[in-house]
Amino acid sequence: MVKFLPLKQAVAENLNNGDSVAFEGFTHLIPTAAAHEAIRQGFRDLTLIRMTPDLIYDQMIGMGMAKKIIFSYVGNPGVGLLRRARDAIENGFPRSIEVEEHSHAGMANAYEAGAAGLPCAVFRGYRGAGLAAVNPNIKSVTCPFTGEVLAAVPSIRPDVTFIHAQKADKKGNVLVEGIIGIQKEAVLAAKRAVVTVEEVVDNFDDLHPNLTVLPRWTIAAISVVPGGSHPSYAHGYYARDNAAYLEWDEIAADREKFQAWMRENVIEKSADDFAGRVEHLRKRHERAGFHPQ
Amino acid sequence: MSELGFTPNEMMTIAASRALGNDDVCFVGIGAPSAACNVARLTHAPDITLIYESGTIGTAPDVLPLSIGDGELCETAVTTVAVPEMFRYWLQGGRISIGFLGAAQLDKFGNINTTVIGDYFHPKTRLPGGGGAPEIATSSKEIYITMAQTKRGMVEKIDFFTSFGHGEGGDHRQRLGIDTAGPTLLITDLAIWRPDPATKEFTVVSLHPGVTRQQVQDSCGWVVKFAAALDETPAPSELELKTLRDLQARTKAAHEGTGKGKAA
Repeated sequence: MVKFLPLKQAVAENLNNGDSVAFEGFTHLIPTAAAHEAIRQGFRDLTLIRMTPDLIYDQMIGMGMAKKIIFSYVGNPGVGLLRRARDAIENGFPRSIEVEEHSHAGMANAYEAGAAGLPCAVFRGYRGAGLAAVNPNIKSVTCPFTGEVLAAVPSIRPDVTFIHAQKADKKGNVLVEGIIGIQKEAVLAAKRAVVTVEEVVDNFDDLHPNLTVLPRWTIAAISVVPGGSHPSYAHGYYARDNAAYLEWDEIAADREKFQAWMRENVIEKSADDFAGRVEHLRKRHERAGFHPQ
Repeated sequence: MSELGFTPNEMMTIAASRALGNDDVCFVGIGAPSAACNVARLTHAPDITLIYESGTIGTAPDVLPLSIGDGELCETAVTTVAVPEMFRYWLQGGRISIGFLGAAQLDKFGNINTTVIGDYFHPKTRLPGGGGAPEIATSSKEIYITMAQTKRGMVEKIDFFTSFGHGEGGDHRQRLGIDTAGPTLLITDLAIWRPDPATKEFTVVSLHPGVTRQQVQDSCGWVVKFAAALDETPAPSELELKTLRDLQARTKAAHEGTGKGKAA
């Protein structure tokens, strides 16, 4: 049953060295605070799963925590390349990592199959694409009814999934809205799920019944971390910090600059610092006509 | 800016926007495709349906998104769906008329590489990869490609098939059981290209104003074929230029507005 825990404890109780772990979020609600807590606790030999690894996996790979990544787009969205991930793939620095690469459709289907308890996903994909030749986990099956040859990939079943969401109610049910990405599937596919939220409210009685809600019994732990997805955004709470994404390109380009930045902004900080980082982004959101909730 | 009053990049974006119609349902990539699609929406195609792979359907952003999942896209969309639904029902379900892609490397048959430069397992440069592109390229009814011409980008042989265009040309798509049309249009900063009906090799059909055949050849890594009847692309109209420049100015102001992030 779900427990409300401080983030430090939620991470310590649910993540282990050697785990396969998904910190999911498709450009929105990225669980940065949870990833930073995992970095502070120094986990090793992780298999990092995510459709769009972006900054937090660049940071974890740069800190030498990953032995493998499973992904479909290893870039800084709209900005360019992930320089720490590149250094690991191209030069084996700070350690070599195994790469399992898919398309977005492949990953999305694999998570969905994981959530559905299936061993694999079947879809019309990878036709003529080079990935099928370099990833042994992309295979094909023949439809028993039509004879069509379809792509098959193993389902994704992480040991643990971390996501960030707007709010939980007091019982521990979790609400996600806006760009909902792959988070619901990533939670339901995992053995354990940890959710950081912007706030806890009494109940969801005044909300539209069709909003995306993860029932409390699908989640292991909830931690309240306002601003916990910075520099990503939380729809209805604060805007995206585009400048931080642009700055990351420069920070990550240099091994020493990266280490210094990580010390100052992650190792020597705590989850409580996130609220302050989004203060100016909340105001911008309000000016644009969004009301704080 | 040339004496023509517009840049090659502006000509490219505007020429691309003209290729889109009001009834199109367009899967939009970030960068030049996104600018072109939104100029189309703000000029001649106000009812065009723009879809970004983050799940936003029928979006109408006031500024161009820095990434495919900016909040602006969701706030202005008709609806927003989960990523698996995006790829299963909408793309794989055959509901996209135009997939609009950019490329790091492109060959003359419209095959695209955005994965690696060099060998896949020992890359010289590891690029971001395909994201949605491998399936966009085969499940959208048609593919438009836009990129600025360089010899490094437009190559005889791409290092990796991130997304399949016409393969080796001719009927290669059909032989793989792919029943969509594939790349039907390439718009660069110098010219408009269409595939030859038989060989499927991209052929220049229109030169942008002031551009010579030699310039097109000098910035392309394969021997360029030109159509017998070569058109000149109409120069951007005042409305088109104003729309594009206003959009880019709004975008620049919005992205600068966040100030310095203390941590990332």
